[in-house]
Amino acid sequence: MTLAHILLLAAAALLAALLGRGRWRGRLMLGLSILALYWLQPSTPIRHLDFWLPTASLALTIGVWVVTRPPAPEAADLRPALMTAATITLVVVAIALTRYLGWACCLTASRPPGILSVLLALGLAAAIGSGVARFVPNPARLAASFSLLVVGLFLMMKVELFGEAASAGLRALTGQPADQASALDLRWLGFSYLAFRLLHALRDRASGRLPALSLQEFVTYALFFPALTAGPIDRSDRFVKDLRQPFSFSASEALEGGKRIVVGLFKKFALADTLALIALNRVNAAQTTSAFWAWMLLYAYAWRLYLDFSGYTDIAIGLGRLFGVRLPENFERPYLKPNLTTFWNSWHITLAQWFRAYFFNPLTRALRSRPRPLPAALIILIGQVGTMLLIGLWHGVTWNFVAWGAWHAAGLFVHNRWAEFARARLSALDRAPVLKRAARLAGVALTFHYVTLGWVWFALPSPDLSQTVFQRLFGL
Amino acid sequence: MSDPRSDFRFARNVILKALLLFLGVNAGFAFLDPLPQLGRLSAYNVLLPGRLRLPYGENPERAYNLSLFQLDAMFASHEIAAGPKPPGEYRVVLIGDSSAWGFRLKADETLTAQINAAGYTTRDGRRVRAYNLGYPIMSLAKDLLILDWAVRYQPDLIVWMVTLESFPYDKQLFPPLLQHNPTPIQSLITTYQLHLNPNDPSFIHPSLWDRTLVGQRRALADLLRLQLYGVMWAATGIDQDIPEKFTPRMEDLPADQAFHNLQPPTLAEQDLVFDVLNAGVQRAGDLPVWIVNEPMFVSQGQNSDIRYNFFYPRWAYDQYRALLAAQSQKNGWRYLDLWDAIPSTEFTDSAVHLTPSGTAQLAARVGAAMLEAVDAGH
Repeated sequence: MTLAHILLLAAAALLAALLGRGRWRGRLMLGLSILALYWLQPSTPIRHLDFWLPTASLALTIGVWVVTRPPAPEAADLRPALMTAATITLVVVAIALTRYLGWACCLTASRPPGILSVLLALGLAAAIGSGVARFVPNPARLAASFSLLVVGLFLMMKVELFGEAASAGLRALTGQPADQASALDLRWLGFSYLAFRLLHALRDRASGRLPALSLQEFVTYALFFPALTAGPIDRSDRFVKDLRQPFSFSASEALEGGKRIVVGLFKKFALADTLALIALNRVNAAQTTSAFWAWMLLYAYAWRLYLDFSGYTDIAIGLGRLFGVRLPENFERPYLKPNLTTFWNSWHITLAQWFRAYFFNPLTRALRSRPRPLPAALIILIGQVGTMLLIGLWHGVTWNFVAWGAWHAAGLFVHNRWAEFARARLSALDRAPVLKRAARLAGVALTFHYVTLGWVWFALPSPDLSQTVFQRLFGL
Repeated sequence: MSDPRSDFRFARNVILKALLLFLGVNAGFAFLDPLPQLGRLSAYNVLLPGRLRLPYGENPERAYNLSLFQLDAMFASHEIAAGPKPPGEYRVVLIGDSSAWGFRLKADETLTAQINAAGYTTRDGRRVRAYNLGYPIMSLAKDLLILDWAVRYQPDLIVWMVTLESFPYDKQLFPPLLQHNPTPIQSLITTYQLHLNPNDPSFIHPSLWDRTLVGQRRALADLLRLQLYGVMWAATGIDQDIPEKFTPRMEDLPADQAFHNLQPPTLAEQDLVFDVLNAGVQRAGDLPVWIVNEPMFVSQGQNSDIRYNFFYPRWAYDQYRALLAAQSQKNGWRYLDLWDAIPSTEFTDSAVHLTPSGTAQLAARVGAAMLEAVDAGH
């Protein structure tokens, strides 16, 4: 999101919060989220894809709602869902119609496709959706298929080979040369975060923990525009609680939200973007002439990453507050944590919680409940390696992200074992506050540097280049 | 529950105070005009090594360098501003266009870097230290502006690299560096009664709004970026993006006799800004100024009987050399003509840009001549 995007969205959110009372609040949130979905979608070289990708996000979200909604009695009132579906359709058609506005065209990055193809696609999606709702007795059975679909799309976005193949296929459909296909063609706004919300809904539906959500609530939750591009990944049960609270606009709430937005803007556009000029990257990685400057560039990268990401989170939280939605915190002074475990409880908190809830806990539970359970340390090792590798791969399927995940898994495991070892032996430190404080400071410094060294894998595209930087950092 | 009225009053007060603060800061900035002072605040030569040449960059993110228009900031970032001249230093300042600045040359391959690498020492034992104050635009008025600034840094000798393309009147006031610094250049025009318009319409005189904090945001951002790219300069020693691939200087030339708006057969003295050259020598006062006609590419290709290269038809260039020699003799300028001193294979993407080895050859010629003249007391 650019500064102009954020300021316009904040103004729109403020206006919507002022005007949106009662049921209109939810509708305005939904409408704004759909508009933002199309508006923020970056352009792609594939014709009309900047229209179809947001449309696919909407279709996928509605599809997941269909298969995760609680089984309704025969006489259940479907009118609200139909109204919401009709509203979404109208907004999408209106966006498509901007194609004909001449100089005022368009909300999307490029001219939307012809209205006939849009109507055809929407009609097809509606037919499939209503067919499933009408003729599949228990749509929840489709949840597994939808999970696979979401994961498949995720892989298509993250694995270069799949992305290239998908791009070639889409180019063939639009009559564009397939030899220019690139994985970079598929820039699907917010899909990484949308996928997490949808998988969360599908998993919680399977375990019976998903609250009953209306279509309007579910689409608003999944595509809530402040959290579209950079999270946080909220839980539907928490989100809907805020959504259902009676909302009255108050100046103090707006000021709190505004303050958070200003802090976020400052972090992102004043600090992070400034540090970006001197932060480690693929170009300057091999250019540094001394260990001292290699460290400076790496520190700049570490702080730039934190300020950029936490700045966006502040902006998202601030925008959410204008609507009375308290999005969860994603960062809690992570670079001041004394060990890697507390770092991961304070860095990208909602992502870590997601993986804990849907991967680490089920995996370690399954390993523990084997007839011949594995040793506790091994279970922790397997859980941590699996979780951190998946978190790494979520950022992109490359060897460097694997290495980054493994780096953190190793750090977490070592800390886990150290904590176990030190628990009894270092209790004497409790009686020596100065020593304890010094140990904590040393822990903060050690953790910060461990995390910072890990960013070498994260920032660079290849193991070779990362190795060059490591050598330079240590004067080898 | 909060009271909506007090909420409203609170919000109103916050907005009013923010507005007042915004207006106050902007008005203060417009009236105080602190930009030159801010430009002199520099991390270079304190926390970061000074740059070996003036800031200029077409691709800042790769060059770790940028073009800006604040002379104070430009000079503050240069190594020449590191402090008083060290005892035992014979300070040579080199001004000129992109070939003097070192286009397509790394910072340690430029003419000044290679003169310094030669380790010249004057007969009285002073170490020759050359400073690169070239700037990649062809205009003698631009050189004069830089010379005017450079004399504040206690040079012992000024070497002024010139070529015909810097001499026509229509080339003088077009550089953005001059357009954004109208006051010093207007002062030079009036002081030395140059045949240039002191009220040239291209001069940019900022309005009150342009002088506010908001109006100066680009200039302020440039100042900040200059400091930040200093970190990258310190970390990498890179100050120019030099793509490996480039379009070589033109070998086959058009059969065009024109030079700017001039046609053969005669290039007159009043067609060229010798008055600007003379102003530079006068501005230097007692300081010796060496005028060097810089080497250029001499084509052997198609129509090379009409033109030497892309820039120059033969008739114009030959007459320019004769005029410059005559003017130098008449005014007592120290003049060195090196127009064909470097083989044509040593030119890169333009008729005046040299390879590192070509620059080394030039450095040897300039350095030796300079030392000989210094030792002879000229």
